[in-house]
Amino acid sequence: MTSTIERADAHPEAPVPVRKSGGFTAAAANYIEDRTSISGVVKEFGRKIFPDHWSFMLGEVALYSFIVIILTGSFLTFFFQASMVETVYDGSFVPLKGVEMSSAMESTLHISFDLRGGLLIRQIHHWAALLFIAAIGLHMLRVFFTGAFRKPRELNWVIGFLLFVLAMAEGFTGYSLPDDLLSGNGLRIIDGLIKGLPFVGTWISFLLFGGEFPGTDIVGRFYTLHILLLPALVVAFIALHLVFVVVHKHTQFAGAGRTEKNVIGYPILPVYAAKAGGFFFLVFGVIALMAAFFTINPIWNYGPYDPSPVSAGTQPDWYIGFADGALRLIPPGWEFVWLDHTWSFNIIVPVVALLALLGAVAVYPFVEGWVTGDKREHHILDRPRNAPTRTAIGAAGVTFYAALWAAASSDIMATHFQLSIEGVIHVVQAWAVLGPFLAYFITKRVCIGLMKKDHEILLHGYESGRIVRLPGGEYIEVHEPVDEYERWKLLDYEVYQPIMLRPNAEGKITAGMRLRARMSNWFFEDRIAPPTREQLEAGHGHETHGEIEKGPGLV
Amino acid sequence: MAHDEVSGTDTSASDSSAVETTRGASTGTVVIASDVANPGEPPHRQRVTDTDPRAAKRAARSVYTLFYLSIAGSVFAVAAYMAFPIEDGDPTALRLNNLFLGIGIALSLFGIGLGAVHWGKALMHDKEGIDERHPVRGTDATVARAVEIFDEADRESGFGRRTLIRNSLIGALVAFPLPGLVLFRGFGPQDQNPPELLSHTMWKKGARLTLDPSGIPVKASDVTIGSVFHIIPEGLNERHDKLEQKAKAAVLLMRLNPDDLNISPEREGWSYDGIVAYSKICTHVGCPVALYEHQTHHLLCPCHQSTFDVVNECEVIFGPAKRALPQLPIEVDSDGYLVAQSDFHEPVGPSFWERS
Ligand code: FES
Repeated sequence: MTSTIERADAHPEAPVPVRKSGGFTAAAANYIEDRTSISGVVKEFGRKIFPDHWSFMLGEVALYSFIVIILTGSFLTFFFQASMVETVYDGSFVPLKGVEMSSAMESTLHISFDLRGGLLIRQIHHWAALLFIAAIGLHMLRVFFTGAFRKPRELNWVIGFLLFVLAMAEGFTGYSLPDDLLSGNGLRIIDGLIKGLPFVGTWISFLLFGGEFPGTDIVGRFYTLHILLLPALVVAFIALHLVFVVVHKHTQFAGAGRTEKNVIGYPILPVYAAKAGGFFFLVFGVIALMAAFFTINPIWNYGPYDPSPVSAGTQPDWYIGFADGALRLIPPGWEFVWLDHTWSFNIIVPVVALLALLGAVAVYPFVEGWVTGDKREHHILDRPRNAPTRTAIGAAGVTFYAALWAAASSDIMATHFQLSIEGVIHVVQAWAVLGPFLAYFITKRVCIGLMKKDHEILLHGYESGRIVRLPGGEYIEVHEPVDEYERWKLLDYEVYQPIMLRPNAEGKITAGMRLRARMSNWFFEDRIAPPTREQLEAGHGHETHGEIEKGPGLV
Repeated sequence: MAHDEVSGTDTSASDSSAVETTRGASTGTVVIASDVANPGEPPHRQRVTDTDPRAAKRAARSVYTLFYLSIAGSVFAVAAYMAFPIEDGDPTALRLNNLFLGIGIALSLFGIGLGAVHWGKALMHDKEGIDERHPVRGTDATVARAVEIFDEADRESGFGRRTLIRNSLIGALVAFPLPGLVLFRGFGPQDQNPPELLSHTMWKKGARLTLDPSGIPVKASDVTIGSVFHIIPEGLNERHDKLEQKAKAAVLLMRLNPDDLNISPEREGWSYDGIVAYSKICTHVGCPVALYEHQTHHLLCPCHQSTFDVVNECEVIFGPAKRALPQLPIEVDSDGYLVAQSDFHEPVGPSFWERS
């Protein structure tokens, strides 16, 4: 204590905040402060405001499951042998005793059957990985459908997208490590897929597997990726992602008092820290409970990898399903020999389609920004209904993804519902091609319907469900007006007018401008402007008449 | 949807509430927002725990009880670790170890989580705070200074002026990762010719067809009509590259009624009295084609449901695969064992670029 005071005296121009008393905590805090200047960080972040909404927790779930993955994964590395050297199993799982397998499989069985708590940690790791990817996916959907990716957050969207891809890569490499029959078949599919790529396929396959499939290198290589390179990238991108969240401050939904220029919510210290910190333990707890009760990836039932056997109805982890499904949807015969080379369109087409899907997700914010021509920052989130075209595009994308995903379970659906596999595949093919258009159309109509409903609520209040009889004998339903705070939530949105085609500075209209005007027109063709004060007042005058005659104001 | 301008709600973009960052000419975007004013934050509503001291006390009790429960969970987990050993390899012991350890850990986590969240929600000060936002872009002065710094650095270094130095540096920077890239060549074998390797299997003239995985040779008389055998070439189990060879050489052996088989002229003599051998490696992306349907004589690949018709030389009748499964020509040796006449006449398994 005294030394601190002396130091403060020695530099009167820069006084260190000193608490005269306070015992050990204060002394420790001062010790650290003198060496780190950490008070600046506390001042900056301690009371930083975070808005509250359940959907903002999806990203947190992803972050927390990643922490769980790191914790359990580190434990597993102490016991796992990333080697494909053949050994003969002699552990405590009786049915596999005497079976030849790789050290990777053997050590995974050791973790599961001979290490106390090993199975639990393995299962926590696997469940957490599945949750990690699912939470990222849902978080992306939240960000997409609320327009949170708009300026200034476009780059953070791309970082999040990269995290999604990295998470899938982490998942796949980890899934392949135990070198069991199921994961080996997964690798076999990847190998065949790579070989089908034009020009480079054969060589990439040989470079990846260190020679002919399966070789003895792939587990070791995936291990390096899985525990070193990919996690380093994930950590770096998560850090960057969060730095951007701090720089931009979190978005918020429209609400009374909330504007584009403020953010309303709870300060980090203490409320947000308590809630978010507690939430980490809840997420961890749920994963632990799943691992305690539900077996995941029972490799001992599959046995070691062998290129010859395979069982029917085996499934990849859920996040690979869409890729596997894309392969299944290709009709027979899409492969040709041309110029003395094999063109495997049954592989090229699904690979290109998947890349296109991912690419579309990555660049969407830039496309929408270009179409709307909106250069302003946005911090108030859109309700999905208030951006009907975007919501409809999202629904179309989700429908396409769902079709691919369903295709990966086509055999299970066929056996379960006693249908022919051909029939199921044809239905899913139609779904993948037509479904997105249907979803687009329906979603857009639903959004517009909901906007109209909001409009009526704003003008005439909620339907109270109370029917009264007027003196004239006519029955009406009483409408309860919305209070001004609720009203603001419904009101605080904007609509755009399509961009007008105007000549640029040189007096020309370029093809790009034409395209943009057409896209803008498509994007904003159906829109319902929020009612003005005048309309609201007029609307409330109508209220006593009960009946809504006029549709909402179409722009 | 009509596009008529009925409502007089047009307001210019500057009236809208988004933070203004537009610089220079806009693209002509017109935004329409309502002219109703933001009513401001609603009055703060007090919770039961703010007004009723007994409720606050109850909440406090719940919070510390949860934290104590967490301690109990941790202790329980440690006890379960000791009480449920799994050394004897008994599956029930393993299940109990996993279950109770997991429940203990989950309880310890839930206690902390629920306690902290409840504390935050019910007891901590719940008045919301407000932070102001500023445009993400720095102030004009900061931006100007940054530009100036780059200008000064450019002038002082001559980066823009001395183009020869600059361009040679860029060239050097582009070239320097190349050796690193070349090193990746070591990922694959140096002395192999991949297309060549993919085109051949272990099968050769006289190689016996043996059972997978035991390696016991098969006599033609063992193969009854309707039966199906999983076959590997003789000697496979002794190879050090067993899995790589098996991934190409695995074969399915079936016997059908010879009259049921449609055999093309160039394949006369490839089968023996209705016994046919086909590659088991799917021509799509290489899964083992393991499912044989006896009534229809169809082979089904479980990975993407490519279906091959054994009656018609395993041509594809459904699924994403294009090519028929390659046929292994077989005959019977003097001891009555099934042997290969030669290797497959084409590469087996997934397609690859150099295949023609
Ligand atoms: S690997 Fe056989 S159908 Fe795809």
